[in-house]
Amino acid sequence: MVLSYYPGCTLKNKAADLDRYARLSLEKLGITLAELPNWQCCGGVYPMASDEIATRLAAVRALAGAENGTLVTLCSACHHVLKRTNEDLKQDETFRTRVNNYLAPDKPYTGQTKVVHVLELLRDTVGFDRLAQAVTRPLGRKIGAYYGCLLLRPSRQMQLDDPENPRLMEDFLRALGAEPVIYAMRNECCGGYVTLESPGLAAARARDILQDAQAAGAVELATACPLCMYNLTKAGAGLPVTYFTRLLAEALGLTEDGTDG
Amino acid sequence: MDNREITRITGVNPRKCMRCGKCSAVCPAYDEMEYHPHQFVAMIEGGAVEELANSRGIWRCLSCMACMERCPRQVEPARLVEAVRLKVIRQAGKNHLLPDQIPGLLDPDMPQQALVSALRKYGK
Repeated sequence: MVLSYYPGCTLKNKAADLDRYARLSLEKLGITLAELPNWQCCGGVYPMASDEIATRLAAVRALAGAENGTLVTLCSACHHVLKRTNEDLKQDETFRTRVNNYLAPDKPYTGQTKVVHVLELLRDTVGFDRLAQAVTRPLGRKIGAYYGCLLLRPSRQMQLDDPENPRLMEDFLRALGAEPVIYAMRNECCGGYVTLESPGLAAARARDILQDAQAAGAVELATACPLCMYNLTKAGAGLPVTYFTRLLAEALGLTEDGTDG
Repeated sequence: MDNREITRITGVNPRKCMRCGKCSAVCPAYDEMEYHPHQFVAMIEGGAVEELANSRGIWRCLSCMACMERCPRQVEPARLVEAVRLKVIRQAGKNHLLPDQIPGLLDPDMPQQALVSALRKYGK
């Protein structure tokens, strides 16, 4: 199965591992990610005001460029921007009209592409049962899933999981032979982009999350977001943070050393 | 500055707010906002846009959408914060973060995502 894929700017640089291990692992599971040609940066944040049109165009181009009705995303921020822009195209007639007038595509784009995060792909297309069968090196350690904000909220648009009591990443970790650790702050904010405006605020938010996860018994956190990775890692506290695709590759026996995280 | 443009570009009706304070209770930037989320909504309703535009809180909101998700009346305070921020940075010379400042804020691990996000949030 070949699916259109939007990597995003950070996955070409600081978060190259998030991208690399996804491609490697999915290939083993029978899915080839076909990178969209000429994609542009999604902008990192979803513009919340209805009159922000130009700042959503890069997302529209990516959505309209997907083949066979599906666009796979991986970075939490890209997923958030693409998914919400796509929902806007379905629901906001003014936005849909303006965008199509401006881009003048061969065929009007009205939100027909399905935006699918790799975690959803693993759950819904591969299936966690089949994933579990493909695991050759069960992780065997206590890992806390860190969702952050962007995958879950606002749930009416994101439609990924229960925003207050999600299980997608826990089920994923269980399939990899890890013991998922539930902790209260798994869906609270790491500090996000405010790390540039107020590093102290971001550090405090990240520390609270790390301490909460540690108190619940986690020895490692799993994330899908390069900015969460940065804020959590910078706050230290001795708890390693790993991209979920790195854990996937490890469990499938695809990492270089094959054992550690 | 009046509140009509704010309500127009957000679609938020601040009069739906029943002052339960849940948005403020769940806000991770609560201590950084001189006008807490529930107050922010009330001030928009009352037309105090100028005070909000001059507050530090509009730059400290994390856009984590906790207030939006948990508002029992779907008032969505984060949209109002974003609209006030936009009202400021859409004016000439009012960008809060300039590209020239970026090199001084960088460290070797900072992801590109942080930079594009901050530039989008803090400038036009």
